[in-house]
Amino acid sequence: MIGMGAKLRERDAPAGDLRLANLTKRFGIFTAVDDLSLTIPQGSFFALLGSSGCGKTTTLRMIAGLEEPTSGQVLLGARDVTRLRPYKRPVNTVFQSYALFPHLDVHQNVAFGLRRRGKRSTDDDVMGMLELVQLRDYARHYPAQLSGGQQQRVALVRALVNHPQVLLLDEPLGALDLKLRRQMQIELKRIQTEVGITFVHVTHDQEEAMTMADTVAVMNAGRIEQLGAPAELYEFPATAFVANFLGQSNLLAAEAAGPAGSDVPVTAHGARFSVPADRARSDRGAVYLGVRPEKLHLVGSAAQVPSGHQHVEGVVTDASYVGVSTQYLVRTGWGSEISAFTANSGTGGQHPVGTPVVAHWDPRHAFLLPREPGQDDRTTPLLDEPVGAPS
Amino acid sequence: MSALAHVPTPSGPAAPAPPPRRGRHRLLPYLLLLPGAAWLFVFFAVPLLQLAAASLYDPSGSLSTGYALTWAFSNYPDALQAYWPQFARSFGYAGIALVLALLLGYPLAYAIAQKAGRWKNLLLVCVVAPMFTSFLVRTLAWKTILSDNGWFVGLLRDVHLLAPDGRLLATPFAVILGLTYNFLPFLVLPLYASLERLDHRLLEAAGDLYANPVQTFRRVTLPLSMPGLIAGTLLFFIPATGDYINAELLGTPNEYMIGNVIDSAFLVRLDYPQGAALSFLLMAAILAVVFGYLRRAGTEEVL
Ligand SMILES: Nc1ncnc2c1ncn2[C@@H]1O[C@H](COP(=O)(O)OP(=O)(O)OP(=O)(O)O)[C@@H](O)[C@H]1O
Ligand SMILES: [Mg+2]
Repeated sequence: MIGMGAKLRERDAPAGDLRLANLTKRFGIFTAVDDLSLTIPQGSFFALLGSSGCGKTTTLRMIAGLEEPTSGQVLLGARDVTRLRPYKRPVNTVFQSYALFPHLDVHQNVAFGLRRRGKRSTDDDVMGMLELVQLRDYARHYPAQLSGGQQQRVALVRALVNHPQVLLLDEPLGALDLKLRRQMQIELKRIQTEVGITFVHVTHDQEEAMTMADTVAVMNAGRIEQLGAPAELYEFPATAFVANFLGQSNLLAAEAAGPAGSDVPVTAHGARFSVPADRARSDRGAVYLGVRPEKLHLVGSAAQVPSGHQHVEGVVTDASYVGVSTQYLVRTGWGSEISAFTANSGTGGQHPVGTPVVAHWDPRHAFLLPREPGQDDRTTPLLDEPVGAPS
Repeated sequence: MSALAHVPTPSGPAAPAPPPRRGRHRLLPYLLLLPGAAWLFVFFAVPLLQLAAASLYDPSGSLSTGYALTWAFSNYPDALQAYWPQFARSFGYAGIALVLALLLGYPLAYAIAQKAGRWKNLLLVCVVAPMFTSFLVRTLAWKTILSDNGWFVGLLRDVHLLAPDGRLLATPFAVILGLTYNFLPFLVLPLYASLERLDHRLLEAAGDLYANPVQTFRRVTLPLSMPGLIAGTLLFFIPATGDYINAELLGTPNEYMIGNVIDSAFLVRLDYPQGAALSFLLMAAILAVVFGYLRRAGTEEVL
């Protein structure tokens, strides 16, 4: 079936990058997608990450041709497909709602796209695909007879079997249990690498996005906040939204007064810190000083802080043992809480609630982000805390 | 009616037998059926048997001399012999009217169900509204509209669609038009119910999977509206075949359908055996057509 993919690709329109140019979609006065411009290289695995309602599905629908952009363009290679009808686009979608045909069995559902393009014998392709998602035995079942996860897998192969130029996946693994999900992630990644289809993968799951994608885009309120390789986004986020959406961050409200040499000195809550200039997204005025919780180390006294590290002092207010690590909440001298994860590697002791500690970090792991004046410290709440609990 | 169910039931192991329940509970469904069954017996089964008996009466009897049940099976071939043209006409007219109604009704039902938005309820009321007046009055209204001196015929004559002495009333056209009009809601409403449930995301999925609009209709919309389509065509075709009002009011004896013959056998000629025999023949013919249709529609390979 891989060979067939190559054949189909040759027959299809010339391969090329998927480009969105100033793509905008408004529903009435509400702007769902706001002036989106990006290029997805051919054959890459692109993940679109963002909170619910930020416009991910709308973006995919415009690429598929199911939604007409208010303005802007969709380009496949050199070809402008903005006004092309969906059935003429070499693009297939795995729908968030599956949208399986209830009157067709699994086999017929998967064969649907091949049949419409005039392929006579579909059985080998279809059965090969069903094998891939462990649904061989269900070929003659109807969608209503399948579990949610099985339906999702059918939806996946129904699109994949066509070997489109671009495959759009709208949370295709959302209904699967963890084990199957990991398995499917590996399969998807393998298929993507083998056939060289461009994948645009929408997900809520940041871990999924980071492990699978070459490029991750974090979307917020119809705009792309940041786009880049997963490690880049994680290690050096561009905005406070990204810093908190992708993993957790301690963001201290600070003031910066421009770079001094290769460092940017900042003042936060009366204490002085500094960050390397190449780690600063903003070096003047209101900034956030950010440190990831796992980059914070806890020691008993300031004397134990290694040289070159910077530190804040505080008192442990919460310690959650989660197996591989212990997650601490430390109340700082100025009253806000920061979180720190320490690996349970057997070295280093535990810090019971109520003990004074010193949290220190290597300035090369810190980053500076722009901040709206007036915004206070932000710490992603611990997982076991109710969302929205005062910090 | 298994033909209406498209999705076969699971072929897995049979469901476990329900646990034994107390007798009273097991009887309850039958008790609930009782009033309906009694009603059917008194008002359907008994008259039907009576009609069956009447169809076998001695044809030489009359109301004044009385009828004798002589098992005169020859009533059937005799009736068919005498009135087969009206039989053929009934099915012909109803068939043509059905085709016209489908051409009108499917797009109408589709538009109301999928495209009408907030006008949906208003349009549905418009479809049903004519039913608030009597069948007879509506057909008489058509008689006025199609009359030789009416504006409609005048218009058609002016644009030369109709010869100067051409007419619409008292032609097969008028009868078929009447049938189409009068039974259209029976086709549209079940069809609407089916199309209303059609998930437009499936149509999008079909488009995404390279189906052009025609293929999308053929492969997705049509099969998914099949239950409504089957119910609607039956609800249209059965009464249209047996109808006699339209032929009576909009046609002439040349357009008479089998309903008119039965009507006159019972009420004018008082030939009860023949009327009864024709009634049974009509019933049998309709059942044959319906079963043939259901077999085909139900087993048709949808892909
Ligand atoms: N047809 C529509 N009419 C009006 N508003 C719409 C329409 N479709 C989407 N929206 C709005 O656009 C916004 C973005 O919707 P979209 O479906 O793209 O979100 P999403 O990022 O896919 O969210 P989720 O992760 O929950 O699927 C939402 O606020 C939604 O209410
Ligand atoms: Mg969505």
